[in-house]
Amino acid sequence: MALDQPRKFKYVGTRPARPDGIDKVTGRAQYGNDITAPGMLWAKVLRSPHAHARILSIDTSAAEALPGVRAIVTGADFPPIEGDAGMRDVQLNCMATTHVWYEGHAVAAVAATSQAIANKAARLIKVEYEILPHVTDVDAAMAPGAPVVREGQTMENVPAGMSANVTYHSEFGHGDLAAGFARADKIIERNFRTAATHQGYIEPQACLASMTADGRGELWTCTQGHFYFRTACAAILGIEASALRVTASEIGGGFGGKTQVWAEPVALALSKKAGKPVKLTMTRDEVFRGTGPTVTTSITCKIGMTKDGRITAGEATLRYSGGAFHTGTCDMGAMAAFASYDLDAVRTYGWNVLTNRPKEISYRAPGAPQAIYAVESTIDELCQLLNLDPLDVRIKNAAKAGTKSSYGVVFEEMGLLAALKAAKAHPHWNSPVPEGASRGVACGFWFNFGGNTCVSLNIGTDGTVAVSEGNPDIGGSRASISLMAAEELGVPYEKVRTVIADTGTLGYNDNTDGSRVTFAVGLATIRAAQEAKKDMMRRAAAIWGIDAEAVEWVDGAAVPAGPNAGKFPPMTLAEIAAQSFQTGGPIAGHCDFQADGAGVSFGVHIADVAVDQETGKTKVLRYTVFQDAGKAVHPDYVEGQMQGGAVQGIGMALNEEYIYSDKGVILNPGFLDYRIPVASDMPMIETVILEIPNPGHPYGVRGVGETPIVPPLATLTNAISRGIGKRLYELPMSPPRVLKAIKGH
Amino acid sequence: MTGTLVTSKVNGDEVQFIADPGETLLDVLRYKLNLMGAKEGCGTGDCGACTVTLNGRIVCSCLVLGVEAEGATIGTIEGMADGNRLHPLQQAFIDHAALQCGICTPGILVAAQKLLERNPDPTEEEIRYWLAGNLCRCTGYDKIVRAVQAAAAQMRA
Amino acid sequence: MRYARPETPAEASRLLAAEPGLARVMAGGTDLLVQLKSGLVEPDLIVDIKHLPGAAMITREAGGFRIGAAVPNQALGEDRDLVAAWPGVVEAASLIGSTQVQGRATIAGNLCNASPAGDSVPALVAAGAVARVTGPNGERDVPVQQIPTGPGKTSLARGEFITSILLPARPARAADAYLRFIPRTEMDIAVCSAAVNLELDGKGVVARARVALGAVAATVLEVDVSAALVGTRLDDAALDKLAKAASAAAKPISDKRGTVEFRTHVVGVLARRAARIAYERAAR
Ligand SMILES: Cc1cc2nc3c(=O)[nH]c(=O)nc-3n(C[C@H](O)[C@H](O)[C@H](O)COP(=O)(O)OP(=O)(O)OC[C@H]3O[C@@H](n4cnc5c(N)ncnc54)[C@H](O)[C@@H]3O)c2cc1C
Ligand code: FES
Ligand code: FES
Repeated sequence: MALDQPRKFKYVGTRPARPDGIDKVTGRAQYGNDITAPGMLWAKVLRSPHAHARILSIDTSAAEALPGVRAIVTGADFPPIEGDAGMRDVQLNCMATTHVWYEGHAVAAVAATSQAIANKAARLIKVEYEILPHVTDVDAAMAPGAPVVREGQTMENVPAGMSANVTYHSEFGHGDLAAGFARADKIIERNFRTAATHQGYIEPQACLASMTADGRGELWTCTQGHFYFRTACAAILGIEASALRVTASEIGGGFGGKTQVWAEPVALALSKKAGKPVKLTMTRDEVFRGTGPTVTTSITCKIGMTKDGRITAGEATLRYSGGAFHTGTCDMGAMAAFASYDLDAVRTYGWNVLTNRPKEISYRAPGAPQAIYAVESTIDELCQLLNLDPLDVRIKNAAKAGTKSSYGVVFEEMGLLAALKAAKAHPHWNSPVPEGASRGVACGFWFNFGGNTCVSLNIGTDGTVAVSEGNPDIGGSRASISLMAAEELGVPYEKVRTVIADTGTLGYNDNTDGSRVTFAVGLATIRAAQEAKKDMMRRAAAIWGIDAEAVEWVDGAAVPAGPNAGKFPPMTLAEIAAQSFQTGGPIAGHCDFQADGAGVSFGVHIADVAVDQETGKTKVLRYTVFQDAGKAVHPDYVEGQMQGGAVQGIGMALNEEYIYSDKGVILNPGFLDYRIPVASDMPMIETVILEIPNPGHPYGVRGVGETPIVPPLATLTNAISRGIGKRLYELPMSPPRVLKAIKGH
Repeated sequence: MTGTLVTSKVNGDEVQFIADPGETLLDVLRYKLNLMGAKEGCGTGDCGACTVTLNGRIVCSCLVLGVEAEGATIGTIEGMADGNRLHPLQQAFIDHAALQCGICTPGILVAAQKLLERNPDPTEEEIRYWLAGNLCRCTGYDKIVRAVQAAAAQMRA
Repeated sequence: MRYARPETPAEASRLLAAEPGLARVMAGGTDLLVQLKSGLVEPDLIVDIKHLPGAAMITREAGGFRIGAAVPNQALGEDRDLVAAWPGVVEAASLIGSTQVQGRATIAGNLCNASPAGDSVPALVAAGAVARVTGPNGERDVPVQQIPTGPGKTSLARGEFITSILLPARPARAADAYLRFIPRTEMDIAVCSAAVNLELDGKGVVARARVALGAVAATVLEVDVSAALVGTRLDDAALDKLAKAASAAAKPISDKRGTVEFRTHVVGVLARRAARIAYERAAR
């Protein structure tokens, strides 16, 4: 679907008010925790205080005896899942059975007539544990003789003789590494470590579950994918998917963290047992202890470069731990690590390692920020050693259309070079580095993703358009989808209303993740609109008494195609719609498909920082983000993704980390000590949107959501390292760590 | 656990409710008065999503007991617009895309309104420090700060 | 749990003393409610002191300022005379929490919460502030540094509570300053901190100096810095001595917020920087 010429857009690319704006500024929007039901009970989950233990017994009698308690569930209440090991893990993560594998692992839950009673009852449940040895550090878990988190999880591709905690191995790349390194003038190999971080969405997980005696259920929840939630809840409870209807509430942030169930199956099980609706809301503490952070990693990166800045070979070993469960995130890292560069010889190795930490769940570009941090830091150090300009080196090595990527795909049109050149030409890069400050630059990448998508579009008899899509709107996607429908149909944006349909009223949609919504749901909306248009042209043709092929669609109206078709005035969408009951009934378009051609996404970030040399504290003075959006459908929300993602990446770089005690207990499960950036920490985040159309989308759209979290880790590492004259190899670069480097011990 | 009858003024209306002694003002607003606009992001004063005004100052309603509201004057996001007429801050937040998910928005609006009452022409730094207790994870704060500046300019005009 | 809202100090003291279970005073509640939520304390009685006469007022007394135990920190910054006389105490109190927390939190609560990291406490100690304590046996005045005795512990007897804190009168050419180290710009608990209170003579020479450090020991640490500072114009040598003395006095622990080495070093840096600010203010 190549674009012949740059397309002129009427609605796409404008910045109209979002449809949910008024509800959200007046407090009317309903999020996960904002609805109640008659007779509703309140729930509380009891969690393991130990990092690793065998559950010897659970005594619920005292809790049951407490007045107001209506139901208690434990792992025994969930029918074991056979066959699907992945779903079995999800189930075990929602509720432990024989073992707890991390501090915060759920062991039981209570539903009672008030939150206070539920809380009290949870404390009355007596669990007897046999404490087992634990390990939370990825390198320690890989070492021979490490405490074994779970036996029998190792997959076939793991070489024999490794720690039982190593579950998975993968390898990507091409070319002759030895020959590549032989051509280099300088080769360095460095080790990096990154801490686990949390998505930190402001809305804790919350749901309202209702199951009736006939086995049917209703679930209201804040989710990034209610269709997947239906699948998972049905599997975990052992019911049929169609028996459960899931409605997505407004969602108070997710960033990947709401693509998995935790609370929902538990609330449904409680509701089933109690015969009443059950509300289950996590506390912030539970969100940190019990839901998914990112991987924690240890990475070795080796790169060879010629004197004039050509990368001759790159090699990286990524040791990722996604907690006590197998995850394939190391693949994402291994595929993404060198994606920005056109290399003759490149190899990456991924390892997944079990530790006694909560199960990792996606966080914006999962796996990529850590891997690319290592690569971009190593390249920057080489630039310093060889006295080369870091932007020029990146321009020289940049992947472009036709490049065989390090993960095998041959790239189509893409915007990395455009972003690098824009950065080089930008006033930020060309301004002198402020006194006492230093500057860093780095690239970032994300694959983007299409996936299963289903959209219905209905033309009302009054000429308005209703779009039903199945992906929760986290950052203004309803506005973007409406814009694309308006563009395709040629009707004003205000005439289109997009709603998120529940699981009972639309076909399956993948989660809102991987930067897929604007691309894939947009594409499906365009196709549904095209189908509706075709129908409307047929109706116009019938009214005019001409061939359907002789009608085309121009500016929101059917018109005869050329002088031979006949002379009729344009018949607008509204006019056709008004007559629809006389011309064959309602007009609608539908699209269900598996979208591909998502189009890769690249970004470049520049930061100026000032480091307090006496305390090691970093202040970000100026920050600019360059990113290819393919086509920015609603530029405000594209900028918003770039800014929000960048600030999350800055948080990862500077202060965010899970801190564990020697007992494997999380010491900072709250926003006071898990330090996400606050308003006064940040400067304005300048944005430059580039538009290199994605050949896989009729409007050229690419996803933009993931990439911006990737570059900040290395951008700040490079800036700070240059500022203090010492290289830093570990995240976060918290003040004690930076001060230690400055003082050289 | 015996409840206490509490009378206070919320968004200009006199209200009465029975508060359990341990219950927070946030829970009272949400579950007894059905004012769901204030959100609980943390319950410990760290996120500001529950911000309301209490006797003229902004507070985290998760750190106020419901019983403390006796005789108090409280303002929530639900009282910010005048019927269908949005407050300039509310309009500016829509116009400047200062919200993505919107969960932080009610708290930020209530806090920003108080700032502009006290300081009609705040600097960027003053806005950022005033709002430091209102976490937003989606926007990176840029568009929020710009929206507050725009509303301030409009209100001064 | 019960909640009481007494109308006189005597009644408050009586309620506190008579409670057979656990009784807790509540001022702004910004510590207390967090502790309630986490189950750290489970009081049987909460005594709200915000409605006692004068509790929410700042009154002038003998050239100084008597700050009621329920005055929210935000109100300290709104009192221009207080800011002019005790800029360091006010900036310390103003650093506590967010704007929202500022609308509730009090310095008496900060003192009685007895966290080694409480921000206003070093500034109050350096200022020579005096707490007025009411109890079953009447009133007594206690220097603030004698209130906290260890993390979460105070010297207050059963039935006793603070009704106000007095900041003394200021001579001319005197000023204080407070600095804390936090990883972010706001919303963190001090990793370490330093308060410096200086009085200069007519020639700009330091006549009296008090320095108190936070979060480097179980309670706020007052360091005798007379030898380093008195008689100097706070030249670099004096500041070096001060920084060394502060680092030497520090007896911190390593925890999730910072290490021993980091705290020891940075508390010296802060003492030096705070001293310079106090000096500039005093000399103005
Ligand atoms: C988000 C957040 C951020 C914070 N940031 C900081 C910070 O940066 N720096 C800092 O120092 N603190 C911080 N705190 C802690 C807290 O805000 C301060 O300690 C505050 O000063 C406590 O005052 P309060 O009036 O709210 O105390 P309360 O919670 O009312 O009381 C605290 C304790 O003191 C006792 N008490 C209170 N008043 C009296 C009295 N008059 N007589 C006897 N006992 C009394 C109470 O019984 C209780 O044990 C923060 C808290 C939150 C929630
Ligand atoms: S919910 Fe009150 S501050 Fe977070
Ligand atoms: S818009 Fe989502 S937290 Fe602010």
